[in-house]
Amino acid sequence: MTKIFSKTIVPGGKWSGKIGKGKLIRFTALESGANLSLMMYHVHDLSERYNMPDTLKAQHTFHLTKGNVLMSDNGRVLASITSDSLGWHDTVSGYTTREGTDEKYGKTSYQELRNDWLRSGEENFAMELVRNGLSLRDMAPVVNLFSKVKTDDKGNLTYCLDHCKKNDTVTLRTEMDILLIVSNTPNPLDPRTNYPSVPVAMEMLPAEPVDLNDYCVNYRPENRRAFENTWEYYALL
Amino acid sequence: MENIKKVESPRKEENAIYNKIIPAGEGWMHELKPGQVLRIVDLEGNQAVDTLFYDADNPEDHYSVTATITGQKNIYLTTGSVLRSESGNELLKIVADTCGRHDTLGGACSAQSNTVRYAHDKLHMHNCRDTFMLQLSKYGERFTKRDLAPNINFFMNVPVTEDGHLEFADGISYAGSYVELLSLRRTLVLISNCPQLNNPCNAYNPTKIQVLIWDK
Repeated sequence: MTKIFSKTIVPGGKWSGKIGKGKLIRFTALESGANLSLMMYHVHDLSERYNMPDTLKAQHTFHLTKGNVLMSDNGRVLASITSDSLGWHDTVSGYTTREGTDEKYGKTSYQELRNDWLRSGEENFAMELVRNGLSLRDMAPVVNLFSKVKTDDKGNLTYCLDHCKKNDTVTLRTEMDILLIVSNTPNPLDPRTNYPSVPVAMEMLPAEPVDLNDYCVNYRPENRRAFENTWEYYALL
Repeated sequence: MENIKKVESPRKEENAIYNKIIPAGEGWMHELKPGQVLRIVDLEGNQAVDTLFYDADNPEDHYSVTATITGQKNIYLTTGSVLRSESGNELLKIVADTCGRHDTLGGACSAQSNTVRYAHDKLHMHNCRDTFMLQLSKYGERFTKRDLAPNINFFMNVPVTEDGHLEFADGISYAGSYVELLSLRRTLVLISNCPQLNNPCNAYNPTKIQVLIWDK
């Protein structure tokens, strides 16, 4: 199929845009150790957005992979994961703050380093939210593509080094018209003290229509019902 | 569960400046002054208390699960946990806890999430998101659904396994279990005493809770 969009999100980079339903968004780590923080809103009602607890509890999971869907707070599917070479994407670690970035990697400034200064997820999201008529008031837990953060039986969180290899790739399929915001900034739980610098390719293609035999629709009965809620919403428009 | 730490409070009920019972399915929104301590009591045991916090001086800055759990590198809350806002500010600190473990990941039930989790015909059932919105409606246009960030579930037990599976397990909270929170600034507390009937978070029998406040 023909690519309709292709960009590289450079380390520290960000992007936001509206994407209609029925598109594939393929993310590829161009080096090992990537982390791309992502937030999703419904274009026609920005108060409807990706909801981490609703997504996790419906699918009885702490992480996302092929078959899982990203649910909104209205019980609908914003996007589904149609292919994944990693098996685990983090849902609970959030994004880096300016304060955390300065503390961990050393204070940097544009004045001193020009465009090599170290960006934070907090500021990247703040800028793209304001660009789209929102603000940090609208921030909530993000999905951190390419990262694995696991827990032990006491609840302690550990970031797994060496999870993401060069050319690892994950593909989302939009099921609603969405506003997507991405920030290529470090996972807050990544213990490395050198600022991770991995470019991520982002490509979009048209998706085949979703039918009742679809892998994500049938992944769990909960997913099927969330798809039914989504189809019902569009049937009424 | 041997990992569970229980810490009792020295505070006496007769010295509280505020004392209220919240029946199942009802909500409560209240402002805490810096230094005040809020106690939430699970009167009959196994009752989930869905709770959100806001910085009262900047209500757009809501409680953040990710800032809170990455700050302590642990997904469960208990004595010593600091609850943070989206901006990273410290809102409250847990200073006593006789339950020992509280959920940060399960969020609040809604009519819509009930249709997804259980069946389409559950749409009519009362739920925490509705209670939250009814409470927020009393503040006029100051709050909207945008402000309903993922909340804490006090007394709820949602274990996560090492391979990333999330379960809703029977509660570990008994009749009279309580948690106490010291307010570190002016905070707004928003509670929904969970009416969920479809899973074991309330032992299929939602019950009353009690809230008490002490001045510093």
